[in-house]
Amino acid sequence: MFSLYKKILFIIKSWSIKFLLIPSLLLLILSSCSSKDPQSTFDTLGPVAKLQLELFYILFWVGLIVFILVAIAVFYIVFKYKSKPQDDIPEQIHGNTKLEIIWTVLPILLIAAIAIPSVQAIFASANPNDKYVNNNLIIDATGKQWWFEFEYPEYGLITANEIHIPIGEAVTIKLHSQDVLHSFWVPKLAGKVDMVPNNDNHLWLQADEPGIYYGHCAEFCGQAHALMRFKLIAETREEFEAWINHQKTNAWTTSDPLAKQGMEIFMSRDAGCYACHTIQGTDKAKGNQGPNLTHFASRTDFAAGIIENNQENLRKWLKDPNSIKPGNLMSQNAGVYNGTSDPLTEQEISALTAFLRSLK
Amino acid sequence: MTTFPLQISRPIHPTGIWNWITTIDHKKIGILYGVSAFILFIIGGIEAMLMRAQLASSNLKIIDPELYNQLFTMHGTTMIFLAIMPMGAAFFNYLIPLQIGARDVAFPRLNAFSYWTFLAGAIILNASWFLGGAPNAGWFGYAPITGKAYNVGHGIDFWIISLQVLGIASLAAAFNFIVTIINMRAPGMTFSRLPVFTWMSFITAILLVLAFPVITVALIELQFDRFYGTNFFITSAGGNPVLWQHLFWVFGHPEVYILILPAMGIVSEILPTFSKKPLFGYPVVILSGIIIGFMGWMVWSHHMFTVGLGPVANSVFALTTMAIAIPTGVKIFNWLGTMWRGSLTLNTPMLYAIGFILTFTIGGISGVMHSQAASDAQQQDTYFIVAHIHYVLFGGSLIAILGGIYYWFPKFTGRMYDEKLGKLGFYAFFISMNITFFPMHFTGLNGMPRRIYTYGSEYGWDFWNLISTIGVLLLAASMVIFIYNIVSSWIKGAKASGDPWDARTLEWSITSPPPEYNFAVIPTIEYRDDWWEKKMLKKAQEQPVSKDVHLPQPSYWPFIASVGLLIGGFGIILSIPVAIIGAAITMIGVYAWSFEPVNDPH
Repeated sequence: MFSLYKKILFIIKSWSIKFLLIPSLLLLILSSCSSKDPQSTFDTLGPVAKLQLELFYILFWVGLIVFILVAIAVFYIVFKYKSKPQDDIPEQIHGNTKLEIIWTVLPILLIAAIAIPSVQAIFASANPNDKYVNNNLIIDATGKQWWFEFEYPEYGLITANEIHIPIGEAVTIKLHSQDVLHSFWVPKLAGKVDMVPNNDNHLWLQADEPGIYYGHCAEFCGQAHALMRFKLIAETREEFEAWINHQKTNAWTTSDPLAKQGMEIFMSRDAGCYACHTIQGTDKAKGNQGPNLTHFASRTDFAAGIIENNQENLRKWLKDPNSIKPGNLMSQNAGVYNGTSDPLTEQEISALTAFLRSLK
Repeated sequence: MTTFPLQISRPIHPTGIWNWITTIDHKKIGILYGVSAFILFIIGGIEAMLMRAQLASSNLKIIDPELYNQLFTMHGTTMIFLAIMPMGAAFFNYLIPLQIGARDVAFPRLNAFSYWTFLAGAIILNASWFLGGAPNAGWFGYAPITGKAYNVGHGIDFWIISLQVLGIASLAAAFNFIVTIINMRAPGMTFSRLPVFTWMSFITAILLVLAFPVITVALIELQFDRFYGTNFFITSAGGNPVLWQHLFWVFGHPEVYILILPAMGIVSEILPTFSKKPLFGYPVVILSGIIIGFMGWMVWSHHMFTVGLGPVANSVFALTTMAIAIPTGVKIFNWLGTMWRGSLTLNTPMLYAIGFILTFTIGGISGVMHSQAASDAQQQDTYFIVAHIHYVLFGGSLIAILGGIYYWFPKFTGRMYDEKLGKLGFYAFFISMNITFFPMHFTGLNGMPRRIYTYGSEYGWDFWNLISTIGVLLLAASMVIFIYNIVSSWIKGAKASGDPWDARTLEWSITSPPPEYNFAVIPTIEYRDDWWEKKMLKKAQEQPVSKDVHLPQPSYWPFIASVGLLIGGFGIILSIPVAIIGAAITMIGVYAWSFEPVNDPH
């Protein structure tokens, strides 16, 4: 046992491993800081996130320097003043007023210096100033267990789990919650702001480049919190307007007989999908408990941004939503899933899939 | 003399289990606190390991989401209320009377009541696992998810009631320590000579007395919402969830200092002893502790930067939070000053204390990062925060507590621990702790929210999560070394002298373990670090052995009163008649306690 212990101690003490370890650690840290991962807060693509990152870097470098100084002091003192057998009792120093004043005043000055960019950033990230292009685009985002509803009040449009914005413009997002706390967060564009029931919030963001941005609910909201995500699609003003115009149209007109059968199932009392979902342009489907499905097939993914929107996944979802998203309310409330009416047959699932896939 | 019904005489020299149940000796109660808290710490650690297993890689299906939510709720609640706080209480109990030259605390029976009530709270909380599921809304229990509309089971009820019971325990203990420190100091032990650990405990106890009523109010409101249909936090009836957050953090932030100040006190005892120098800038260290305790009340909304309080409120709380870094920094510099030009003995407790300075500095720096409301919007509720709290609570409070256990181990048990194993355990602990928690900074900045039971592989979080999970396995191994060392040394370690470290404060002037009466002759204090100064002046005198010291006698009633709270706690949740029985037992306990006679004077 003790030979092993000595070996371990030797490895810890030997400088060679430190020389290897520290650079490799630094490399790893640097690589993780230049990440292109979908929710990296370093890969900032909008002014709010950029401003927040700049502030972070100020604190990071100051903090790193402070830590290095403390660590050097600790190691220096430990090696220099390690007790030796011939040591006398050291001088009993009770303090040093001059030193103590210095190391109180220095942090005060440092903190005072940091306070300036700190407060500036708070106000700058709260609301856009005149510098930004602002067409007063306002989007209402509502958190629900466990998905996001997005409404464009100006255009009378409601969609779910996928938000489109034009690039290069400051966009205001008003934040609401229907049930518990949620939080709206697109890491590459802006820090999060909570969605609080009975307390409406807002944030602003701007995307500098077109692309698909990942969003995630960032406040614990219950069983499927981990699976409450969304996508933000930033596109040119023209593309954005084309999207808006397309979303305004009705999508349910199709001549495919299988899809038609699917629509009948959707509207039937047995399946009862219509009671919770809206499909714009239909008489019956006006529910608002579940996501608006008007242009369902135009979305890149579904079930709150967790799964790609394709034929196969949709079939799986319709067959057993709980296997994809444990706890989802559809599997608890819809008769075909909670056992109060007959489950969907394979044929019915095919028909519903065809119908939903036709909602382009 | 009038006699009262239920005037049952006190147990005389109880043995075996009754010795422990009826004891009101602060040292035995301290050991009870320490051992119970350590067992609960292991339970909380197992909960953490289960979560780390689930997060080892993307899309794992080891733990289902509901269980995962219960695990992180129980892990947080257990570690804060049932592990770190009572470990602090263990040190308060054992050491405060010894450090101030007293024979016991001011209210010895109340002290026993505090311990048994703490245990009752711990039992109520953990019983929830077997009675329909543990609480699942996080240790912070943010409304409205704790409401009946979103949480139908009894988990939240167990959480509310156990925290209320723990609150009773904490308040009783805190009052006891405040009165003890003010009134029981030996002659000459002025506040400017009080050992730093006792000073920090004093501040902690005051914080406890002021902070717990706030959470009590919040919990009563929540309890009424859930049990009796009120609407404090019911949003559908117009309730405001932000109210809960304010109440919770007005308690919650001072709570953070309740957890860290005792640790700072422990470090401030270890460093001078093994540097052979007095604490550098004693008045400044004390004053900065008081300032930290005071300013802890002005920073609570930094937990709420993303709640939408507005830029003005966020600026104010950002500034107050940054300001609290100043007294904290001053303490760190004073500890460095203590070691500077000393003669450092690098044994196990000293290594833990030095480790504390390093890891707590990291936690402090990430804390200042979080004080930046603007950039905190990117870090709030991510693993960056998880990294931060573990650097201050694990790399701060716990590392100091482990160091403290080693430091006072000879005093507690009368035996020496194994130094080689202790050092090995420290290095294993320190390295694996950093392997576990440092990568969480990266996953957090890479956008990983906390409290998620799964994540996709496309996020790029796999690698560092795997490292964290490996780290926690190593950490568990290091704890095995620690436990083995403590247990085996307690059983068969070499006998310890009264003052094995050539230390400075009063507890080292008596034998190890101390006699039941602590001090045969109450010492007269002439200096700060009185024991050390008298040794230097060759004035130190050994305490005589005494057989004739009047001591408070054991009692059944504190235990009975706590059993009533245990039964009553279950009763409120599960059955009202049982609650009434529990309340009756507590009443009888308190009544009989009030009229308890005195037996023989020994």
